[in-house]
Amino acid sequence: MDKKKKNRRAFIKSAGHALAGLLMVVAIPKPGWAQRIHDIEVGEEIPDWLDHYWVYLIDTTKCIGCGACVRADKRENGVPPMFFRTWVERYQITEDNHVHVDSPDGGYGGFLPEDLAQLLTSAEKDPAGPGRGGGKGKNKVTKGFFVPKMCNHCRNTPCTQVCPVNASYQSPDGVVLVDKTRCIGCSYCVQACPYGSRYIHPEKHTADKCTWCYHRITKGLMPACVTVCPTGARKFGDLKDESSEIKKLLATQRLNVLKPELNTEPFCFYIGLDQSVR
Amino acid sequence: MTYSEYLFPNDMHIYWSLMIVTYPFITGLIAGAFMASALFHVFGLQELKPISRFALLVSLAFMLCATLPLLFHLGHPERALNVVVTPHWHSAMAGFGFIYSFYLVVLTMEIWLSYWEEIVTYGRTSASGMKKTFWRAIALGAGETSDDIKQANKKAIYILGLIGIPSACTLHGYVGFIFGSLKSNPWWSTPLMPQVFLLSAIVSGLALLIVMYVALSSKGYLTWSTKCLKTLCFYLWLAMLFYMISEGLEILFFYYESSDAWFVISTLLFTKLWVSFVVVQIGIGVVVPFTLLSIMLFMKEDQGLYTTMAVIAAATALFEVWMMRWNIVIGGQQFSKSYVGFRSYHPEWLDQEGILTTMGLSLLPFFLLYVLTRILPMREAAEATEEEKPLQSGEPAEQ
Repeated sequence: MDKKKKNRRAFIKSAGHALAGLLMVVAIPKPGWAQRIHDIEVGEEIPDWLDHYWVYLIDTTKCIGCGACVRADKRENGVPPMFFRTWVERYQITEDNHVHVDSPDGGYGGFLPEDLAQLLTSAEKDPAGPGRGGGKGKNKVTKGFFVPKMCNHCRNTPCTQVCPVNASYQSPDGVVLVDKTRCIGCSYCVQACPYGSRYIHPEKHTADKCTWCYHRITKGLMPACVTVCPTGARKFGDLKDESSEIKKLLATQRLNVLKPELNTEPFCFYIGLDQSVR
Repeated sequence: MTYSEYLFPNDMHIYWSLMIVTYPFITGLIAGAFMASALFHVFGLQELKPISRFALLVSLAFMLCATLPLLFHLGHPERALNVVVTPHWHSAMAGFGFIYSFYLVVLTMEIWLSYWEEIVTYGRTSASGMKKTFWRAIALGAGETSDDIKQANKKAIYILGLIGIPSACTLHGYVGFIFGSLKSNPWWSTPLMPQVFLLSAIVSGLALLIVMYVALSSKGYLTWSTKCLKTLCFYLWLAMLFYMISEGLEILFFYYESSDAWFVISTLLFTKLWVSFVVVQIGIGVVVPFTLLSIMLFMKEDQGLYTTMAVIAAATALFEVWMMRWNIVIGGQQFSKSYVGFRSYHPEWLDQEGILTTMGLSLLPFFLLYVLTRILPMREAAEATEEEKPLQSGEPAEQ
């Protein structure tokens, strides 16, 4: 009887160990990038993740709304029509503190004066619109500016937090990425992003978003949108590079981030961000 | 500062469709039906005996279909198992596989134990080889019943019921957590969300049982008992009361805090959700059943009118819960993250996540329930021989 009891105890013990071992293998969460290491093939150069820490800066006072960044991004990353990894918004604020925002086709074709005329005409029909009375008197546009937008690559990321399969993750060099081979296309991350930066790719059926052109920056190049920006409104750099321009700008400029009240800790900073920006 | 309407460019699309409306509706019915059964098995509410086992079968039938809306929704359903193979523990959604599996095991065990006596008897008495083998296999080799075993089973059912209650609460409460924990969406982001989901789940489960109980007992499939109906109606009234308080508090807080969230929520309520939330969900779905159930508290249950009112109240309550799912899931996506732009959702009939798929997935559990009741009896043999007259159509029997 005793022997039987002992055997049973030993069996339960070993079964417990086996179960614990199985759980360790299957269920212990690993950071996405750690899993990615296994995907790198022999002979392939391993990215120097820990040597960099990327950051993005947008100077809204320099943006002219030409849309070159949106076009470059679409070309570089094959972004499908009607979806955007980056876009530009135009803000116009009238004297009576009414804000009108638009972003025709994400600012892909820039913002033409005809758009403005159309906007003012349609606004005349819409009593809540800007420039009522033909843009004269108290309803005239007193302030106007452009705001480029994109994924904020937050430190306290709501999107990677909710991904049920670890497909959305943050690389050690500070970039929020999506592993398309793991994404199940549940759209939870799209719902969780407060900035509208994510979408489900209509053909791949997985989450898609700005990667700061990760394929370029790991080769020492700038993201496509930064490269083409004619006014230097978009800046990108490495915080670990002591001599970088962006490090100096971040240290000396007055900065803001989008929706700071949500505590997502964006790593895309803005200079000259107006309080009206959503 | 006022704004003209503006949607972020990526916010033109609504991703969580009718499938995500159907999914919490189904899990709600699972949890609600189980709670009704637990009132008998755990809390010893003898009045509910006629539906206690049937409620478990209802729960199982819906349970077996609960994952289907999600599979229809996923962009890559073939990777669905990644949720349990490589889960991300920080995600509320990752808990689904584990909670679902655990609850399924508890529910199956409880059903097995509830039907154990019949299963063993069928295994012993079945004539044909196939049938006999089937029942013997289900009985896991057990061939005899004794009072000792019956007592042990009763105890086990009680314990499983005790485990099942928090499991059912977790299964559905966590669905509320999925929505309530998203700070990006003011219409969803409230700690009251899991509670609202859970209470509405109980409402829907009880409401479904009332409708099915009256329908099936009128045909003699379930033992008719006016006390059972009265008890179900009372608990439906109670669940609705708590549900209304929670839902009301949620809106009141949004209004009173008057933050950025209220700007978008108030606009939503008075435009996109005016008909579906204010008129249909509250005006019809809450006011009608709650008024009827409140009147019924003072009525004698042996009146024909009582049964009619119970069915109307239950059917409208069921409809209310479906509308609540719609207003939460779809309503929460009808505004842009800019908070100043709104969009509409018009489901397609033939789409993968469209109306026909929804109807099919909503009817499938009833078909499964039919199959289950063909295998396992709806009522106990002892009950069937009791001298209780089955309810004739339109005329409830005296207790």
